[in-house]
Amino acid sequence: MKFGTLDVLQVALFILSLAVLTPIIGSFMAKVFSGEKHFMKSFLGKTEELIYRVCRINPAEEMNWKEYTFALLAFNFAGFILLLLFQEVQQILPFNPQHLPAVSWDLAINTAVSFVTNTNWQSYAGETTMSNFVQMVGLTVQNFLSAATGIVVILPFIRGIIRKTTDDIGNFWVDVTRTTLYILLPLSVILAIILVGQGTVQTLTHYHTVKAITGQGQVIPVGPAASQIAIKQLGSNGGGFFNANGAHPFENPTPLTDFLEMLSILLIASGLVYTYGRLIGSMKQALVIWSVMLVLFVSMLSVSLYSEWTFHPAYASTPTMEGKETRFGITNSVLWEVATTSASNGSVNAMHDSMTPLSGMVALVNMMTGEVIFGGVGAGLYGMFHFILLTVFIAGLMVGRTPEYLGKKIEAYEVKMAVIGVVAPSAAILVFTAIGVITRGGISSLNNSGPHGFSEILYAFTSAAANNGSAFAGLNTNTVFYNLSQSAGMVIGRYSVIVPVLAISGSLARKKSIPPSPGTFPTDSPLFGFLLIGIIIIISALTFFPALALGPIVEHFLMLAGKTF
Amino acid sequence: MKKAILPAIYLTLSMTFVTGIIYPLFITAVSQLIFPGRADGSLVKVDGSVVGSKLIGQHFTGDRYFWSRPSSTDYNALPSGASNYGPTSDSLKTLVERRRADFIQLNSLPSNAIVPAEMLYASGSGLDPDISPEGAELQIERVARARRFGPRGREALAKLVRRSVRGPQFGLLGEPRVNVLLLNIALDTLHVTGRKTS
Repeated sequence: MKFGTLDVLQVALFILSLAVLTPIIGSFMAKVFSGEKHFMKSFLGKTEELIYRVCRINPAEEMNWKEYTFALLAFNFAGFILLLLFQEVQQILPFNPQHLPAVSWDLAINTAVSFVTNTNWQSYAGETTMSNFVQMVGLTVQNFLSAATGIVVILPFIRGIIRKTTDDIGNFWVDVTRTTLYILLPLSVILAIILVGQGTVQTLTHYHTVKAITGQGQVIPVGPAASQIAIKQLGSNGGGFFNANGAHPFENPTPLTDFLEMLSILLIASGLVYTYGRLIGSMKQALVIWSVMLVLFVSMLSVSLYSEWTFHPAYASTPTMEGKETRFGITNSVLWEVATTSASNGSVNAMHDSMTPLSGMVALVNMMTGEVIFGGVGAGLYGMFHFILLTVFIAGLMVGRTPEYLGKKIEAYEVKMAVIGVVAPSAAILVFTAIGVITRGGISSLNNSGPHGFSEILYAFTSAAANNGSAFAGLNTNTVFYNLSQSAGMVIGRYSVIVPVLAISGSLARKKSIPPSPGTFPTDSPLFGFLLIGIIIIISALTFFPALALGPIVEHFLMLAGKTF
Repeated sequence: MKKAILPAIYLTLSMTFVTGIIYPLFITAVSQLIFPGRADGSLVKVDGSVVGSKLIGQHFTGDRYFWSRPSSTDYNALPSGASNYGPTSDSLKTLVERRRADFIQLNSLPSNAIVPAEMLYASGSGLDPDISPEGAELQIERVARARRFGPRGREALAKLVRRSVRGPQFGLLGEPRVNVLLLNIALDTLHVTGRKTS
């Protein structure tokens, strides 16, 4: 096994495809958000109007930032209650061919929080826990709605920049409905049908019981998987239909499905940066943000590829294939790992727990940056807004002028909010990990000992607070301690970032727009890009280096020294 | 603020209808119409009865069949899963060393032979249907001996293994591999014709 030409070509094709698709999907989304004419409207325009009528929504009504925030929270809370309810009564609902019983209360809370916050952490094994009804009518729905919730949060921010002296930042109901109907739904239909054509299952029958040629029996679970996997990948959700997620041959049967599913992880998040440029009227601003994301992505990918191909345990003579599938091999497993952790997707096609220490650290660092390397749909960009404002502020301090961004003055209020958005999730990661490693409830779930055990706990809370959902899956998190502490982490990680962004949006919309002066620090230059990368790295490194040193870094050196635990 | 509560409930229910009922049922209908076999799980039949799915690996023991990869679920699909052993895990080290020794001994390989990584390590799903071409080639001698193949049968078997190799998709994506279940099914028919001609 050697890193060869095909490996390089696949990575190059992946990045190239992403770059080509970004403006296409990005300009379409800009049309949807600005209410312009687009071709999907002729298919679903009537449905949109019908939904407004049924739900008694006045699409022309504008909201201020508090109303927008409240609508978002109420919408997510309603989704949480419904999903919780479905899991608790699945035994009496239809589409339960395996007669699965009600889900335990703590697991049901964890799963409901997880899917509503776009984390999609799996403390459960889909094929032995959730009925087809819960998978379709419960989980698939939140795959759509949590993704739409994330995407729409960038819209008030954009309106805050382009509007002047107003309280109006848009209508949450309209934003969410259009995003779901015109962007998420059509893309999911296309992807789902391609997936089935490659072998992903999509059926409502009961599981197959077969007698193998050796005479042994085997039960083969099936279900409506493709429809859920399509949106799971596109909406940076990541919760699998089956326990093994994207490693399962029924979720990800061929190298082509693997490629398309990986591309889907980053597609919308990357496209949204283009959309942002379109809507604020400056593609140069967007290009700087996109380049920052790409540079960080390629750097992280390089470290992870290097680690997986170069280092292996002392007793092995080849790179390790533990937790990896033959059809994907090492490079595609690493590419997926880096994409899914940059993008707060959290689906996996190989087990991160079994990867080399530095590779696992790349996954951790991607999440610890607050998922801003492309990031979750919407979430990546609105997380990046916090870093941009901090960078503008720090650059302003250095030259001694009032910082401004795109014609809006950045003052104490905005900076306070941006700091909350960056610090709160980080604090949740560290505090919960500290609790996890000093309590019985925390350490009794470990699958590995030594520094890797610490990494398992750190990874779990990082993944929760970053709303990622991937795992060092050896850790048994289906316990009351983890189900509840993870739920708290996911809520903090989601809403302590969203609410400050909306508050900033409201504040920006109220401000006058001032024309750029010679003293304005330009935010569309490579220099700003470098500063932004610097701020992201410095903040993440200062916060998390000690924790990383205790986990993956020390494990790397112990592995090279031939130690096992 | 209060006026947001009713639209929140109504919109959740409407979207549940659209994305949770219409959408998956539409996909199911289209899939069943244009890809019925694949939508149902790519089942494989031998003599009219279903013996497995070509996408889901199976456990093969004994010398007469090609072996699949090690699996932490032993190819039990309920549920799928991996060992999740980390790179410094003692348990993983013990397992890998035993698997290597077994693979070398049972296939009568030289003691310093390099065993392909996938035959030493368990997969992510526990249901990996494939092994590498090298992983299959190293088992040819053992299977041929167990089936008492003469030189011609052995040659036919080697040819079958070569024919079973699927290269990267479109010559570019993924890794070359051999589907163990399909290979073993073909192997059984090879055995029958082999007996007839010899």
